[in-house]
Amino acid sequence: MSDLLKVTIDGKSIEVPPGTTIMQAARQLGGKYPPAMCYYEPLKNTGGKCRVCLVKVAQTSEANPRPMPKLVASCITRVEHGMVVENETSPEVLDARNGVVEFLLINHPLDCPVCDQAGECDLQNLSYEHGHEQTRYEEGRREFERIDIGPYVQLHMTRCILCYRCVYAADQLTGQRVHGVLNRGDVSEIGTYIQQSIENEFSGNIIDVCPVGALTDKTYRFKQRVWFSKPFDAHRDCDKCCGKVVLWMKGDAIIRVTARKNEFGEVTDFICNDCRFEHKQASDWSIEGPRDIIPESVIGANKYELPVVSPAVNVDAKFVSE
Amino acid sequence: MATKILLENLAVEGIRAIDTYMANGGYRAVSKALKEMSPDQLVEEVKASGLRGRGGAGFPTGMKWSFLDKKSDKPRYLVCNADESEPGTFKDRYLMERIPHLLIEGMITASYALGANTSYIYVRGEMMSVIRLLERAIAEAYAKGFLGKNILGSGYDLELYVQPGGGAYICGEETALLESLEGKRGNPRNKPPFPAVSGLYGCPTVINNVETIASVPWIVNNGGAAYASIGLGKSTGTKLISACGNIRQPGVYEIELGLPVEEFIYSDAYCGGIAEGRELKAVVPGGSSVPILPKELILKTAAGEPRLMSYESLADGGFVSGSMLGSGGFIVFDERACIVRNLWNFTRFYHHESCGQCSPCREGTGWMEKVLHRIEHGHGKMSDIDLLVDVAKHIEGKTICPLGDAAAWPVGSAIRHFRDEFEAHVKHPDSCLAKHLHGAYAHAVPIMEP
Ligand SMILES: Cc1cc2nc3c(=O)[nH]c(=O)nc-3n(C[C@H](O)[C@H](O)[C@H](O)COP(=O)(O)O)c2cc1C
Ligand code: SF4
Ligand code: SF4
Ligand code: FES
Repeated sequence: MSDLLKVTIDGKSIEVPPGTTIMQAARQLGGKYPPAMCYYEPLKNTGGKCRVCLVKVAQTSEANPRPMPKLVASCITRVEHGMVVENETSPEVLDARNGVVEFLLINHPLDCPVCDQAGECDLQNLSYEHGHEQTRYEEGRREFERIDIGPYVQLHMTRCILCYRCVYAADQLTGQRVHGVLNRGDVSEIGTYIQQSIENEFSGNIIDVCPVGALTDKTYRFKQRVWFSKPFDAHRDCDKCCGKVVLWMKGDAIIRVTARKNEFGEVTDFICNDCRFEHKQASDWSIEGPRDIIPESVIGANKYELPVVSPAVNVDAKFVSE
Repeated sequence: MATKILLENLAVEGIRAIDTYMANGGYRAVSKALKEMSPDQLVEEVKASGLRGRGGAGFPTGMKWSFLDKKSDKPRYLVCNADESEPGTFKDRYLMERIPHLLIEGMITASYALGANTSYIYVRGEMMSVIRLLERAIAEAYAKGFLGKNILGSGYDLELYVQPGGGAYICGEETALLESLEGKRGNPRNKPPFPAVSGLYGCPTVINNVETIASVPWIVNNGGAAYASIGLGKSTGTKLISACGNIRQPGVYEIELGLPVEEFIYSDAYCGGIAEGRELKAVVPGGSSVPILPKELILKTAAGEPRLMSYESLADGGFVSGSMLGSGGFIVFDERACIVRNLWNFTRFYHHESCGQCSPCREGTGWMEKVLHRIEHGHGKMSDIDLLVDVAKHIEGKTICPLGDAAAWPVGSAIRHFRDEFEAHVKHPDSCLAKHLHGAYAHAVPIMEP
C-alpha cells in the first residue's frame, strides 16, 4: 500500500503525498485550478487571506463521507484520502468567488489605463473571468498618497489588495523585518515605518510578488505598456543571486528586468536588486531566447523575433540554437 | 431564589480581599483539587457538568479540555479570554470587578486540570481598573501560597500573569488573542491547526472565557453532577446575562439556564419590564453579533412554545425565526427604537473592528456600513435593501474568523424581520430623520451653538 492520498477535483482524480493542499493537487491536475491572489507557494505562510480560492469539499475523506460545512480556502486546506472537491463545477463556489472579486474591486481605483501592472495584473485577469460588467458600489473609495520605498520601488496603497505577499517576501527574503501592516480593516496599509527605505539587496522582489500595481518599479514607470515590450530569458553571473531573469525589451533597449515566473505566476528564483535595477545594457546579459509565455495572455499578443542585436550584445549561441 | 454559582457572595462586604473571600469558602476548590483529585478526574468532572463555553460559541468545556494534546512534550498553556468587547456584553467585567478571586481560583484549578504551569489572563486594554484589581488579587494569592512553586505542598507549580490587550475587539477572537499575547499584530490565524494542538508559541493551549473559568471552582466543590442538575437539558448551570436597553433595571443577572425570556424581561427580579411603561419591540439576546428578534419571536418560538433562556431554545427556528444565546448580552429595544439606525451603528462597529486580513470582511463591512448610513440619512434606494442582504451573504461563512459572520448576521436578521422599516426609510426619509431629532434620540445629535 502506498501512502498516497487520492483526491477528486471536479471529477478528475489524482494521488498526492500527505501534506499536499487542495490547491497544489489541483495545479498538478492541470485544467482549471482555483485562482490565487494571496497564496504564493515559494513564500512560507502565505495564503488563506484573499478567499478567491474557496472550494467546496463535498466529501471530507473516505472515512468521513460528510461534506465540510463551509467553503474552504483550497490554498491552505490539506487533502485527505478520498476527498471530493468541487471547484469550477459548483455554483456555490463560483458565486462566492464572484463575491470576493467584487469585494476586491470596490476599493480598487480601476486606474488600469495609467497603471504599470496592466496586462500582467492578476486582479485584471480575475475580474475578467469573475467580475460583473458594472459595479454595484456607489460609495467613496479609499485613497492613499504614493510612497517611495527606497530608490527603486514605489508603493501605491490605493491599489493594494492586502494580500500580505510583500510582507512575507520582505520577512523571508531579506532577513530583516522592515515593513508590515499598519492599522486595521479597510484602512490597513503596508507600512514602512515612516517611509523608511527598505534597503537590502533583495527588496525589488516585492514588486514581482505583488499581484496588482501597488508595488511598482520606479526605473520602469510609464516607460511602456507591457504588451508592447518583448520578454527574453537571459542570465548573467551574479555573486548575490541566481542571475536568471527576464529582460523586457523595446527594440534593442532593455526597459525592465524581472525575475522569472513559473506557470502559476510565481517566482521561485528570486533575484537581487543589482540584476534587476542596475543592469540595463544588453551587453550585461547572455540572452537565451524569447520567453515562453501563455499564448492567450495580453503579452502573448505580440509576435516574437530576436532583438536586433548590436555587435556588443552577447547572445548565448547555445540557447538560441536550441 | 434561583441558584447562584458565580454571584453568590456578591453582596459580602470586602469580598475583593482574599481574607474575606476565603472566609466565605474561597480557595476551597484549590486545596480540594490539588490534594484530592488528579487532573484527569477534574477534566471528567467538568465533562460531567455539561458546562459550555460562555464566550459566545457555547462549546462544551470538558470536551475542549480533553482535546488538549497531552502527548506533546511542549509546555501547555491556559489562557483566559477577558477581552470582552462585544457591544451589549459586560458580564465578565462585572464579575472580575466584584469577585476577582473567583477568576483566580478558577484559573488555578483549570490550569491544574490541564497541566499548565504558566497561564495568562488577557484583559481588554481599556479596563485598567480591572487589570489593577486582578494584579492585586494575584499578588494576594501568591502571598497565601495558592500560586508559585509547589502550591500547598502538592508539587504543582503555576505562574499566573495578567496581560492587557491593546483594545481591539478582534483580539477577543481566540487565535488573534494568541497572536497579540505573543506580541504580534492581532490577526486571527487560519484553522486548523487548532489551539489545542498548536496555540500559544505553537504549544497546546486552551482558551476559555472568564465566566467559563469562574464556574470551575463550584464544579470542583460540588461535583459535575450537581452542576448538571441545574439548568435545562444541554444548557446546564447558570449564566450571567448583561441586560441593557430601555428596561427598568439594566444590569448583570445570574440566571438558571431555561428561564423563560418573558419572565426575564418582565419580572422584578430581573429586567423589571420596559421603562416608562413602553412596549417591547425587539431583542438582541446574545450580544450584537446574534440575530435580532421581534417581540413575537423573542417571547415565543415560531411554533408557539415559550422562548427560554437556553442555548437550544434561543436557537430554535434557526436563523429564520431564532437567534443565539451568544455571550449573554441582552439588548432590549422599545417601540421607539429605530432598527435601521441601530443596525447602522452595529455595522459601523464591525467595520471599525475588522482586522482587514480577508477580503470579504475587510471590504464588505465597510460597504454595508456606507449603504446603511445612506439609508438612515435619507439617501437610500429600494435596491439598497437587497444589496445589503446580498453583501451580507457574500461575507457569511467565507472568512477566516467568525467576525465576518458576526457582521453579516445582524444585517440579514434586521432586514428579514423589519424590512418594512427599511422601506419606510427609503420612501419617507424625512419622517424618519425627524424621529431622531426629537424625543428619545435627541441627545445623540450634537447641538451646535450658533
Ligand atoms: C470577533 C470575536 C470576538 C470575540 N470576543 C470574545 C471575548 O471578548 N471574550 C470571549 O470570551 N470570547 C470571545 N470570542 C470567542 C472566542 O474566540 C472563544 O471562542 C472563546 O474565548 C472560547 O472560550 P469559551 O469556550 O470559554 O467560551 C470572540 C470571538 C470572535 C470571533
Ligand atoms: S502591496 Fe501588493 S504584495 Fe503587498 S499586500 Fe498590497 S497587493 Fe499584496
Ligand atoms: S473575518 Fe474579518 S476580522 Fe476575521 S480574519 Fe477576516 S478580516 Fe479579520
Ligand atoms: S489564494 Fe487562497 S485565500 Fe488567497
